[in-house]
Amino acid sequence: MDFITILSIFVLACFVGYFVVWSVTPALHTPLMSVTNAISSVIIVGALIAAMAAAVPAAKWLGLAAVVMASINIFGGFAVTARMLAMYKKKERR
Amino acid sequence: MGHGAALVPAWVMLAYLVAGVCFIVALRGLSSPETSRTGNRFGMAGMLLAVGTTLVTHEITALWEIIVAIAIGGTIGFVTARRIAMTAMPQLVAAFHSLVGLAAVAVAGAAFLNPDAFGIAVEGLIDPVSRVEMGLGAAIGAITFSGSVIAFLKLNGNMSGKPIMLPLRHLINLGTLIGIVGLTAYFTQDQSQWVFWTIVGLSFAIGFLLIIPIGGADMPVVVSMLNSYSGWAAAAMGFTLQNSAMIITGALVGSSGAILSYIMCKAMNRSFISVIAGGFGGGDAAAGGGEASDRPWKRGSAEDAAFLMKQAEQVIIVPGYGMAVAQAQHALREMGELLKHEGVTVKYAIHPVAGRMPGHMNVLLAEANVPYDEVFELEDINSEFARTDIAFVIGANDVTNPAAKTDKTSPIYGMPVLDVEKAKTVLFVKRSMGGVGYAGVDNELFYRDNTMMLLADAKKMVEDIIKSLA
Repeated sequence: MDFITILSIFVLACFVGYFVVWSVTPALHTPLMSVTNAISSVIIVGALIAAMAAAVPAAKWLGLAAVVMASINIFGGFAVTARMLAMYKKKERR
Repeated sequence: MGHGAALVPAWVMLAYLVAGVCFIVALRGLSSPETSRTGNRFGMAGMLLAVGTTLVTHEITALWEIIVAIAIGGTIGFVTARRIAMTAMPQLVAAFHSLVGLAAVAVAGAAFLNPDAFGIAVEGLIDPVSRVEMGLGAAIGAITFSGSVIAFLKLNGNMSGKPIMLPLRHLINLGTLIGIVGLTAYFTQDQSQWVFWTIVGLSFAIGFLLIIPIGGADMPVVVSMLNSYSGWAAAAMGFTLQNSAMIITGALVGSSGAILSYIMCKAMNRSFISVIAGGFGGGDAAAGGGEASDRPWKRGSAEDAAFLMKQAEQVIIVPGYGMAVAQAQHALREMGELLKHEGVTVKYAIHPVAGRMPGHMNVLLAEANVPYDEVFELEDINSEFARTDIAFVIGANDVTNPAAKTDKTSPIYGMPVLDVEKAKTVLFVKRSMGGVGYAGVDNELFYRDNTMMLLADAKKMVEDIIKSLA
């Protein structure tokens, strides 16, 4: 992919983000933050690539450290979001 | 071009794109509580797809190390997520932000040290465009990290919520910022170690400097802003790796945080710049305007409150940060239940900046089993106060101050507030008459004829009311 293609994806994704986030109900703004936290840890992709390349030891260790940090976020972020979302209940109609 | 990513097969690019779409669906699900749980599962699926694709398309040289790293991180994350108290959610989110930031710095550092692994170098020379991308990624990541650490310490109470004002701080910040931008530009010409690591070091410093002057109750804006930065950092690294999943996610998270910051600023009627400039809500202001007023006010007891609420047709409960501090949400729900048994309509009104992060009060009420269709946002419920018998304010202050509508000299003038004073009676739970709200201004509401002050710890007061109701 050339730079312009990547930039196009980025710009369009910003617009998608803009509209999607405005549609989020204010009651769920805290889960929104925790789930965005989890998904921004997709940076683990870069961490894995670094950890799997053995040529430069320092880079590998930085990669492994990043894998640990991103994993905390991924597991923690999704789990805490699921825990919060499970609490949102509707009124029981009697 | 040194971009080796051209060799990536089409199915791999497609897989990352699908992962990106899963993340969009995850956020879209949050438009209502019913769809949100499915959305969260889409998010997990997207992450699994992104990680799986990365693993199968690279020669795995350190499988065990990676498995151990994921197991350690996963366990820490999962256990923390299970155990954390809902009142501590703002701290947890700040801590998570700091990790995204630091991970971004580590990935950028690894890409800098071993550019061949990322396919961004020709004979050891990193592509200049990639240098800018990794410089930016590292800088934003470092700012996110140190800023979030300070936000965490302030939210967790390890550090005073009061703003810390350094002399000449605007000058120092501006100089540091210019230094980072200048060095990033210079980095395209000179790929030396010192340039990269100085960018990282200066960015750590500015993240720290930016957040220390910001006061506790401005934290909703800060947490949202750092959320946004963590997204931009991921996006910058996505550019370096030419990975669409990372770019889409970065853009989503970046806009999400930016929009939340905007909503929070608007709810306080303050500009983003004035929040970032900091210094608002200092302890000094509180001391100055504090106990000055000796106007008459009415004090009520738990029994009075219980009696009045029992007679009411509708009670609107207005919670604030004080409710979270006192952990009064469960008692409050019980009080609501008892009132409903008496035939009283009970609703909850939430100001956008109540609490320490966006949606903080909603989560606490949900935790206490308050159905979310009894909980209303400011614009949806404000017109109802005039038709309401009792407004029960617990742990909120500035967001109910009528001076915001009338007193042009008030620091909170123009801020949208809940019209609680329009209710027939206002019951205001507060620890003592001494303290003032975050803005350091006296609340007009206390001295109104229709206000009754209930002075006690929020949880204790609600429990006493429950006893009188039963």
